[in-house]
Amino acid sequence: MGLDFSVVPGYLGVLAMGAGWTMAITICAGVLSFFGGIVFAVIALYGHWSVRLPVRAFAFLFMGTPLLLQLFLIYFGLIQIGIDLPAFVAGVIGLGLHFAVYNSELIQASILAVDKGQYEGARTLGLSRGQTLRRVVIPQAVRAVIPPMGNNMIALLKDSALVSVIGVMELTLAAQQAISRTYRPFEFYLAAAFCYYVVNLALEAGLRHLERRIAASR
Amino acid sequence: MSDQAFVTIKNAAKSYGQLEVLKDINLTVQRGQIVAIIGPSGSGKSTLLRAINELDPLTSGEVWLEDVQINRKLPHRQYEAHVNQVRQDIGMVFQHFNLFPHLTVRGNITLAPRMLKGLTEAEANKLAEEQLAKVGLSEKIDEYPSRLSGGQKQRVAIARALAMKPKVMLFDEATSALDPELVEEVNLVMRQLAEEHMTMIIVTHEMDFAASVCDRVLFMDKGVVVEEGPPSVIFQNPANERTRNFLRKHLSR
Repeated sequence: MGLDFSVVPGYLGVLAMGAGWTMAITICAGVLSFFGGIVFAVIALYGHWSVRLPVRAFAFLFMGTPLLLQLFLIYFGLIQIGIDLPAFVAGVIGLGLHFAVYNSELIQASILAVDKGQYEGARTLGLSRGQTLRRVVIPQAVRAVIPPMGNNMIALLKDSALVSVIGVMELTLAAQQAISRTYRPFEFYLAAAFCYYVVNLALEAGLRHLERRIAASR
Repeated sequence: MSDQAFVTIKNAAKSYGQLEVLKDINLTVQRGQIVAIIGPSGSGKSTLLRAINELDPLTSGEVWLEDVQINRKLPHRQYEAHVNQVRQDIGMVFQHFNLFPHLTVRGNITLAPRMLKGLTEAEANKLAEEQLAKVGLSEKIDEYPSRLSGGQKQRVAIARALAMKPKVMLFDEATSALDPELVEEVNLVMRQLAEEHMTMIIVTHEMDFAASVCDRVLFMDKGVVVEEGPPSVIFQNPANERTRNFLRKHLSR
């Protein structure tokens, strides 16, 4: 039997809903990973050891274990200690923290690369250390890190498929549901792949636009 | 201390391990005075300048601005608050400008006044416009620093420092990184400040500028002030052999 894509249109609504959830989870986890990355980076570089060491250990754990396992731990594991998160929230937290750790590594390197003269320029005006970091150093570090962080965001979008295993009705799970009704895995997985590809193209275009916009201010 | 003393440096010394970069330096600058510090590289002149606003704290000695000791020994938190406060009164201009590239010219000038002096946006904008007009760059207010020439960047850096209404301005080789044809526009702004009787301490390699603008010249070498006096004496009739040697090399260029 050959491919028959004529079954796909009937499930476009399901797929579109799935793509919507995929985008929602990517955006939420992306925002969390961005701000989380900045917070982790600042703690790793400037935090008191009593905060820095736990954050280091946490980062090491998140980098050294599979994301899938982390999602299981957050969704199924935490229930045992009384924290019952909705699947969507668990997915956002898992993906967001996982990528925050990777973003943090980029931001740390970028903060250290900001010219010493920038600190001196700000401090001689009377800005405190914290004010200098917030208003002068971190904005520059973040601008420099947008292109590599964009790569992380694209990886995040693709890895969002993993949250299907904890039951978030995103694109991959939506495709699976269509398959379980039609027994047409090839068509629906291809359709889902095509959707991921289109969303990724849009994300990349957005990132390029952002890079162009900040080019003058670097 | 005479009641006219404005910036006072007493027995200033600084060392990195065994290396002494400043040895027992004393300096009094009066209100409205313009003092140039000259000397070969490595003589400690930039270090001395940077000690005045605690960028490079002294190992021993005292720095005063009017009746406030800048380098007070305080517990960490109080020290930070104290230094942040006194630095608002001390403008500094660097060799490499140190403008904030992520902010427009307006943003560069208004950042500190807004954060530290609580100016409203309108007040800060007016201030930025005034300061830019002073350095002749009104039309660049919404440009990013990357769009400016070196001379323009330095003039913006001066405007940024002036926006804090400092009591004294420190210039650390403000024209050394500029193309020769851009030096004059920055010198012009500094001359203008001199006419307004801004108190200035200027580390420079430009002897002509120092001779024409400054009230006093200090010649430093190997961490000590070798000789000081009015420019007419230092440049035309220096007493010290080291000063003569240094000037011979620099003035014959």
